[in-house]
Amino acid sequence: MSITAVTLRLRVNPVACDGFGYCAELLPEIVAIDEWGYPIVATDPIPAHLLELARRAVRDCPRRALLIERISPARRT
Amino acid sequence: MTTTEPVTAADGRDVPTTARIMAAWVETGRSDLDAHLDVHGPLPVPTHTDTAWADGLVEAVRAAGLTGRGGAGFPTARKWDSVRAGHRSPLLAVNAMEGEPASAKDRALLSAAPHLVIDGAVLVARLIGAAEIVLCVAHDRNESAESVRTALVERDGIVGGPPVRLLRPPGRYVSGEESALVAWLAGGPALPQFRATKSTPLTIRRRPVLVQSAETLAHVALIARHGPEWFRSAGLPDAPGTCLVTASGAVDRPGVYEVELGTPVGAILRRAGLEHPVGAVLVGGYGGAWLHRDLLETPYAPGALAAAGSAVGAGVLAVIPASSCGIAETARVAAYMADQSAGQCGPCVFGLPALAQDLVHLTRGLGDRQTVMRLRHRLGTVEGRGACRHPDGVVRLVRSALDVFAHDVDQHARRRPCLGWNHKPILPIPRSALISVGRRR
Repeated sequence: MSITAVTLRLRVNPVACDGFGYCAELLPEIVAIDEWGYPIVATDPIPAHLLELARRAVRDCPRRALLIERISPARRT
Repeated sequence: MTTTEPVTAADGRDVPTTARIMAAWVETGRSDLDAHLDVHGPLPVPTHTDTAWADGLVEAVRAAGLTGRGGAGFPTARKWDSVRAGHRSPLLAVNAMEGEPASAKDRALLSAAPHLVIDGAVLVARLIGAAEIVLCVAHDRNESAESVRTALVERDGIVGGPPVRLLRPPGRYVSGEESALVAWLAGGPALPQFRATKSTPLTIRRRPVLVQSAETLAHVALIARHGPEWFRSAGLPDAPGTCLVTASGAVDRPGVYEVELGTPVGAILRRAGLEHPVGAVLVGGYGGAWLHRDLLETPYAPGALAAAGSAVGAGVLAVIPASSCGIAETARVAAYMADQSAGQCGPCVFGLPALAQDLVHLTRGLGDRQTVMRLRHRLGTVEGRGACRHPDGVVRLVRSALDVFAHDVDQHARRRPCLGWNHKPILPIPRSALISVGRRR
């Protein structure tokens, strides 16, 4: 891993989320759906090839409940 | 560790040496300003406070090793560092909300030592540069509010400020959560706020807010008078000082006790008149964990309790007798906690009632091993997926029940429930469903 690469991950704001599920449709590799219809978002870094889809998921979420955040090196465990 | 040998008070009444916050109450039976000043002396604050004074007090509290007594146990001085680093004048909010049904320590504090709490608030306000203090007492706690009003009237014109305003947020379980309290102070409903980074400071329209629990402030007021070495002369090196504990359930003398950190849980409960045979002890609160009766001598301190799968939390020690059913008690608490959800996050809104339902089935002998497996799976699904720690607390409680009451769980899952499920309920479940989250007018 390049030391200058920025590591990003997807996160959901659970207050804003209403379980529409667009994110799970776009990114089944990262987002699973629980028995009540709410997203379980993997905490691992977003693979580079999925980054564009992730950005689209953030844009298309009807509740703007998704965010992409930078994982600081200290937290990358 | 210092001994808890009784010391005779002036009137011959035995007092334990751990009476620090409760010293004035124990020694005089009074909580008014005169009694407070007689026992503790004046508020140790210069008329004009400067950075040097503030730094001095911060370092004293840091050296004392005081950690927050509101449940999170965060080092108090470190919490101040981030607020002091800002540029805008902060607001100090005193959290005396006591949303925990099994806790009575805020009530005891405001009734027996309101002046220590207010002293602490004034000291902290001065050192963080706050011009305003709000003291939050839940809407349904009128006695505590009255104690505060009386104390504020006594201090008016006699003890320095900044001024303290008594406010009455709604008394739902989550209203006392830090971010929920701040949301209410900002004019919205008392609902926890999502913060992408936990360390993001709480603000009201860009103005930082420092929330401190009432008990923490009482300790600050004493450290400011007696210094860090004095504070550390009780408790353990890594868990210094005293704290307030509410002992309830199967004890003869339920109530709030001031104890040295590190005292065995069993010793605290024996002081409260522990009744035998013991079933188990709920430690921390309704988001806490069960402690097996075999671990009763675990020292009451963060490290030791963590090793036993538990935590100090809100200072609750609720004993259920052996004749009770731990699963039934847990089911009732889980149902209450589900009802008390802020209702903002799917996994909590739907997950907590599902957990409660699984527990109710188990209690009545209607569940089986599938129920237990589903319950365990759901615990993993619900954990960590809310905006606040409310669902996590319930997960912790239920996990500990599956562990501590493993034998009962096994029997219940074989459709052989114990007789205990018919026992009268031990843990208090308030009828608070009608309290709305409210908006501050």
